[in-house]
Amino acid sequence: MTAGEFPIRSLPLWRQRVQRWRTSLSWTRLGLFGVIILMIIVFSLVNPNFYSAVNMRNVSRQIAILGIASCGQTMVILSGGFDLSVGMAVGFISVVSSLVMSDYGLWPGMLSGLATGLGVGLVNGFMVAKARLPPFIATLATFSAARGLALIISGGLPITDMPPEFSFLGAGQILTLPLPAVIAALVFIGCAVIMKKTRFGRYVYAIGGNEEAALYSGVPVTRCKLRVWALHGLLVGLAAVVLTSRAVSGHATLGEGLELESIAATVIGGTALGRGRGGIFNTFLGVLAMGLLTNGLNLLNVSTYYQMVLIGIIIAGAVYVDQARHRQS
Amino acid sequence: MQQSSVTGEVAIMRSGVPLIQMRGITKAFGAVQALRGADLKLWPNEVLGLVGDNAAGKSTLMKTLTGVHHLDSGEIFFEGRPVVFRSPRDSRACGIEMIYQNLALAQNLDVVANVFLGREQTWSPIPGLPLKWLDERRMETGTRHLLEQLRINITSVRTNVERMSGGQQQAVAIARAVAFQARVVIMDEPTASLAVKEVGKVLDLIKHLRHTGVSVILISHRLQDVFTVADRIMVFRSGQTVADKMVSEITMDEVVKHIVGAPAQELSALASGR
Repeated sequence: MTAGEFPIRSLPLWRQRVQRWRTSLSWTRLGLFGVIILMIIVFSLVNPNFYSAVNMRNVSRQIAILGIASCGQTMVILSGGFDLSVGMAVGFISVVSSLVMSDYGLWPGMLSGLATGLGVGLVNGFMVAKARLPPFIATLATFSAARGLALIISGGLPITDMPPEFSFLGAGQILTLPLPAVIAALVFIGCAVIMKKTRFGRYVYAIGGNEEAALYSGVPVTRCKLRVWALHGLLVGLAAVVLTSRAVSGHATLGEGLELESIAATVIGGTALGRGRGGIFNTFLGVLAMGLLTNGLNLLNVSTYYQMVLIGIIIAGAVYVDQARHRQS
Repeated sequence: MQQSSVTGEVAIMRSGVPLIQMRGITKAFGAVQALRGADLKLWPNEVLGLVGDNAAGKSTLMKTLTGVHHLDSGEIFFEGRPVVFRSPRDSRACGIEMIYQNLALAQNLDVVANVFLGREQTWSPIPGLPLKWLDERRMETGTRHLLEQLRINITSVRTNVERMSGGQQQAVAIARAVAFQARVVIMDEPTASLAVKEVGKVLDLIKHLRHTGVSVILISHRLQDVFTVADRIMVFRSGQTVADKMVSEITMDEVVKHIVGAPAQELSALASGR
């Protein structure tokens, strides 16, 4: 009896690995890589300053905060959600942590920033995972509430009386590398390991791919979702504290637009909304591409307004290309 | 019950305690009474075909058996012991696995990840720390071994499930269900969305499962499939068991009659219309 014989050739192990690697070569790993290299070449040719150590350091400093926030956003998107509240949460966290810092000193201030981020993440997570609100609605509510709270607490004024050593976080260097970029790199590596190597990461993908199947397979769906939102919140807190240090002031409007930028970077990287496809490395490329583009266009004196239009076109184009590739297969 | 005219082998396995017995199960969703005193018996080494019209309550009955739904009244016995399943985890602990229609697998994960979903094997990269990493190598070997045992031939266990055919996906779902000492596998319409040439392979796989000592409850609209693999057929109508016969004791027409609940004359009119 040949039970359940599905007539497919069995390939040797190394061929399987090659095949697996090839199937993972989505538009991100080839297309986006190509685009990034092309951008570097073009911008370097047009403006020699672009390909200088100073400028590259600038780029890395500029994209660090977007990178940290996008890591969290990516994990949330992989789990089937997305977060509209990032920008306003950053403003709120910035105000809270700088007020605490001006009263109680450097470390309590920074830790309160992380704690506030965690709290905002837990609130979002509770609404999405427990109360089963759609992520759009839940984070829209947080968006509004966080903005209001930030303005109430700060009175709409910037908070500047912070310890001078706090500026090291945003402006400092480690072995000539900007500290924010080092932090972002560690966050990227940490998140990539969590998503690839741990049971939690596997569950996040499973929930994003098929929440019901995950539930029936015994995956603790609610707990996993809460955790992913909490982790995301913690990273938003980190991004907010670093950004506050870079700005040398706490302000309610700090980080405005970061929610859309982080979703854009994630999507450009090739992580699909609501399908559990993509990953942290994809987002790294997405953030890098956005950073290089912005920087290169700034050097060419292209106005920010035109850049916004261009980013919009790129988002639509990236998703279109990605979907077309998936329809083919 | 129907023990008279069966073959010797079947008669032997039918003596003693049934593997699963459900008695007088009722379940209501608001005003809708989905189950009205349903009964079910499943014996070891048996393929039971569960048939009935849409909304007859087959899937609901199975979901009470797996603990997805909580029953309003009635009793479930596993090997003679009364059991209460509050979640799929509980029923799984008894070795009851269900393959849900269309939602068995996470499409974005590969075969290995799906087979081990919810039961991942891990190792500690740093001894003494609670940090645990997925043991991909061990899970991959385990998956290969399992597929080999079930004689399922799949090119790469690292292929995402979404790239596989419906039959292959069903095979993965079945492999996943029996991966951890399953005693009972419940399949909800396993052949409904398959290409014709793949149906036979899934049916062969079901026969093979019984061979290895697993009992199967097969929910299906395709009566020819049920008659091909099942030992016994249970017909379900309006939340109740209306017939329970060995396959050799009942014809397809009689089953249809029980399903629609129509008197014989009307049925012959139906049949002539086909």
